[in-house]
Amino acid sequence: MSRRNNKEKAIEVALLMTSGVTVVALFLLCIFLFREGALLFGDHSLVSFITGTSWYPSSSPAKFGLLPLLAGSLIVTAGAVILSVPLGIAAAIYMAEIADPKVAQLLKPFVEILAGIPSVVYGFFGLIVVVPLLQDLLSLPTGQTALAGSIMLGMMALPTIISVAEDAITSVPSSLKEGSFALGSTHWQTIYRVILPAALSGISAAVMLGIGRAIGETMTVMMVTGNTAIIPGIPEGLFDPVRTMTATIALEMGEVPQGSEHFHALFAVGAVLFITTFIINLIADSVKKKYRLQEEA
Amino acid sequence: MFLRPDKAEKLAFATLKVCMASVIIFVSVLLIHIIVNGYSVLSIDFITQMPMKRMTEGGIYPAIVGTVSLIGLSMALAVPLGILSAIYLNEYSRPGRASWVIEMAINNLAGTPSVVFGLFGLALFVKYFGFGPSILSASLTLALLILPVIIRASKEALMTVPQEYREASLALGITKWQTTRKVILPAAIPGIMTGIVLSIGRVAGETAPILLTGAAYFLPRIPDSVFSQFMALPYHLFVLATSGTSISQTRPLQYGTALVLLSIVFMMNGIAVVIRNHYRKKLNR
Repeated sequence: MSRRNNKEKAIEVALLMTSGVTVVALFLLCIFLFREGALLFGDHSLVSFITGTSWYPSSSPAKFGLLPLLAGSLIVTAGAVILSVPLGIAAAIYMAEIADPKVAQLLKPFVEILAGIPSVVYGFFGLIVVVPLLQDLLSLPTGQTALAGSIMLGMMALPTIISVAEDAITSVPSSLKEGSFALGSTHWQTIYRVILPAALSGISAAVMLGIGRAIGETMTVMMVTGNTAIIPGIPEGLFDPVRTMTATIALEMGEVPQGSEHFHALFAVGAVLFITTFIINLIADSVKKKYRLQEEA
Repeated sequence: MFLRPDKAEKLAFATLKVCMASVIIFVSVLLIHIIVNGYSVLSIDFITQMPMKRMTEGGIYPAIVGTVSLIGLSMALAVPLGILSAIYLNEYSRPGRASWVIEMAINNLAGTPSVVFGLFGLALFVKYFGFGPSILSASLTLALLILPVIIRASKEALMTVPQEYREASLALGITKWQTTRKVILPAAIPGIMTGIVLSIGRVAGETAPILLTGAAYFLPRIPDSVFSQFMALPYHLFVLATSGTSISQTRPLQYGTALVLLSIVFMMNGIAVVIRNHYRKKLNR
């Protein structure tokens, strides 16, 4: 009996160690990312990195100012959020509340497909269809703009927003809905006065996750935003080429010698990106927890 | 301005319908555009030949080989790790500090941008372990990227196994591990498979991580070991569409590559649907 127990114990320990791989991976990721990034700050000060307004990695002396890249990421993401949040929430309401259940069943795989399309294919479509279209429609000097990035990223963030928001809406207790109907409210009044407020924290989590997805996206933005590292004006910068943090890493890493200043600067950008998404996920997580607590109460 | 409630409802519902429709139209246009333009390029030669004349002609065979090797190797690493982790989290762990730390790590890894994984792979596998830019480095990076996805899907599948199964098995005096292996896991396999199949599609399409860990612009031959550099479908599409010498001339090749990539993803989505339906039928019987 005790041998059997020992074996069981050993298996449990082995399983614990296997699931520890994710913890080790995250730990190593932080160490390597921050260590390689920190090596930049021998010759450059942290302050000049964070507040620097120009990113000229090949001038001499090289300038590694984060602001143009950070601003590029923010403007593209903001545009994507403005486009995808209303659209995504509307689609989620439609699927959860209005559509015939059979139609909703058909729409679900559609959203799954949207999530499954590789980012490089989105980028390709953006480059050959959306970019020329924007250029013609708005008579811009080039269609490769922050706006093109926002449109594509907005589309890519949609499945995340739709599925999480739909979950939040369907998990609103039906007693609330029935109570509202019993008071003589119309379906729409019930949706925006009762269901949406009740699902609000779940929907906010959906929005945060969508933002996280958009800010970390690389290939699509790299292919459609023109990649010019200048600080964009707001809001007219939407119609100018911009360069995001993600695109900078992917574009420049191929050309830099390992261990050079520039190499470490790109890791420092990666570290900023990691911290940004970390905070966004943390917020999404705590919002979700709050909403679970409400449900239990 | 106040509308009568019934009018307001009509207007609101119409707006919602328009939003839903515009999402559907956008996706349909994207898919149809690529399918129509890519279809005429597809041929046996296209998928079995090497690229020719500085990638302006010929096929995409080495890119397909590269992508398939990446999928094979990264899945071989991530699937066992992912399933075992999910088993621990769902069957063994008690709420406490250890499981909290693991869950937190999974959530964080799942939210980390793929390009950051690329940097990590470059620093750890390419540089520190000295694997160089190679299939091995890229596969290890992709395995870590997909691990949280597989753990979550497997855990979800394990959670749907009814509690009675566990209790009945334990009541027969069967140990926890035997119960897990012989009772719980078989019941959860369809759900786990669905998750794995969907993550294959994801691995096939990832570009940024492999860009930093070993994908090559062009290679005249098929890689002969896991330490070789490689070509891959998504990176090939990116290269042809953005940095080739004759971007407009190779447009048909780009559409063809995009379609092959999409087909892999759809095939995986299709298989996932088939598994799900098959399982549902079995349950209803």
